[in-house]
Amino acid sequence: MSIKIENLTHVYNPNSPFQTIALDDISFEIKDGEFVGLIGHTGSGKSTLIQHLNGLLKPTSGKIFINDVNIAAKEVKLGDIRKNVGLVFQYPEHQLFEETVYKDIAFGPANLGLSGEDIVTRVRESMDLVKLPFELLKDRSPFELSGGQRRRVAIAGVLAMKPDFLVLDEPTAGLDPKGRDEILEQIKNLHQQVKNTVILVSHSMEDIAKLVDRIIVMHRGKVSLMGSPREVFKEVEVLESIGLGIPQITYLMKKLKENNINLKQDILTIEEAKEEIIKWIRGNSNA
Amino acid sequence: MLKDITIGQYYPTGSFIHELDPRTKILITFAYIVGLFIVSNFAAYGLVAIFVLGCILVSKIPLKYMLKGLKPLRVIIIITFVINIFMTAGTIIYSLGPLSITMEGLYQGTFMALRLMFLVVGTSLLTLTTSPIALTDGIENLLNPLKPIGIPAHELAMMMTIALRFIPTLLEETDKIMKAQMARGADFESGNIINRAKSLVPLLVPLFISAFRRADELAMAMEARCYRGGDNRTRMKQLKMEKKDFTSMLTVGVLLAILIYIRISF
Repeated sequence: MSIKIENLTHVYNPNSPFQTIALDDISFEIKDGEFVGLIGHTGSGKSTLIQHLNGLLKPTSGKIFINDVNIAAKEVKLGDIRKNVGLVFQYPEHQLFEETVYKDIAFGPANLGLSGEDIVTRVRESMDLVKLPFELLKDRSPFELSGGQRRRVAIAGVLAMKPDFLVLDEPTAGLDPKGRDEILEQIKNLHQQVKNTVILVSHSMEDIAKLVDRIIVMHRGKVSLMGSPREVFKEVEVLESIGLGIPQITYLMKKLKENNINLKQDILTIEEAKEEIIKWIRGNSNA
Repeated sequence: MLKDITIGQYYPTGSFIHELDPRTKILITFAYIVGLFIVSNFAAYGLVAIFVLGCILVSKIPLKYMLKGLKPLRVIIIITFVINIFMTAGTIIYSLGPLSITMEGLYQGTFMALRLMFLVVGTSLLTLTTSPIALTDGIENLLNPLKPIGIPAHELAMMMTIALRFIPTLLEETDKIMKAQMARGADFESGNIINRAKSLVPLLVPLFISAFRRADELAMAMEARCYRGGDNRTRMKQLKMEKKDFTSMLTVGVLLAILIYIRISF
């Protein structure tokens, strides 16, 4: 149960004036149950990469193994892969189309060939996972809901397929801070409950730092950094040179150190920083 | 699949044809279409083919790219060809039950298929070499004399600009929604015709919604910048005919005259 990518290359519009190399010889492995963050600038190849994971795009060259099956091979049934790998696109609420929330979420399970009872259970479960009240909303039109709710309906639509691997492309884009925190919280809870493998694509260093076990940084179609958040955020110069940054709080700690206030440097969240600073103040007042 | 559609796309190369006044190109395209319908034998088609190939060479647009634009239309072209083969009365050369292929049908079918192909290639040359803005400027300018009889030249031109501008956007959107639904197990490619039509619902509903949303947003953005139609609107770039425009038009005029001559005398 893992995702393994070997020498993956993807070229858009090959042999035409618009030829662009979107992915350039990428290799990495994601283990079962891991929570991985994928960061990169616009055009770094993130979206192209995740579309390979469930066979929406075929690699120009290279191999992708999902649970040891090479999905780049011709004889593979894509239906099976899509059942295993759930992909939530950017602004997923734009893909809603049914008259009711229930029917929209049931679209995926129905395509899997499930029967009536199973579908009801799955819709209910996935609405619970994203904290949408089943009885209250199931017969409402998805178009009457708020932006945050609509997005959660769309995410539930993918969760209802019970994928082993969940890939989310900027699930918080365009949401207000409250909506953003709710969605991230639910993704985190889901990961802890179901123990599925999650790949989260994001721009926000804060979100990534809080949630993931491992970060993959992409730049111009290549993997430029890979490792735990603490390891990756140490490489401030590299991250900045490719137009990314580190969490604000890590910057703050760095600045404090430059001013001879000796604090731990691999701080990623505000809570950690708070404790560290309080410790420092106490230590100072005692002296 | 969707990426193959080249109609309505601009392909900048800065060639002689790109530099021509849009009005010249529109008039030439009209003359070209008229010419295509005047053509009555294969010799005249040869002349048209030489003209189109010449234009493509001068425009520096790769021939392969032009021919790719025909791909989405292959079904229509084939249907035209087949219908003409079977439906034209004349000398039977092969028959299969109630259907029979006639000599005249074969001739007519080839003729129609060629006409369609030339039509698409020639007219897409107009949009490939002219930016949408220049194109609508030209259309507006050509329609201006009709204003007194109630033709809203500016509004028509603006509608066309917007429509052209949104072709690539909507194609991209379609591609995205299609992928999103495929990720949820939707199948657009197999099944009989009724199932296939049904499977388009999850694609078309979101597409219409997003098209209306875009239209709404665009209207708002235009009003916010005080857009209120054509009266007293001036432009930064004034269209100006030059010598090369007149020579081009003259050349095409001569070609059209030859086509008419061939039609009348043979």
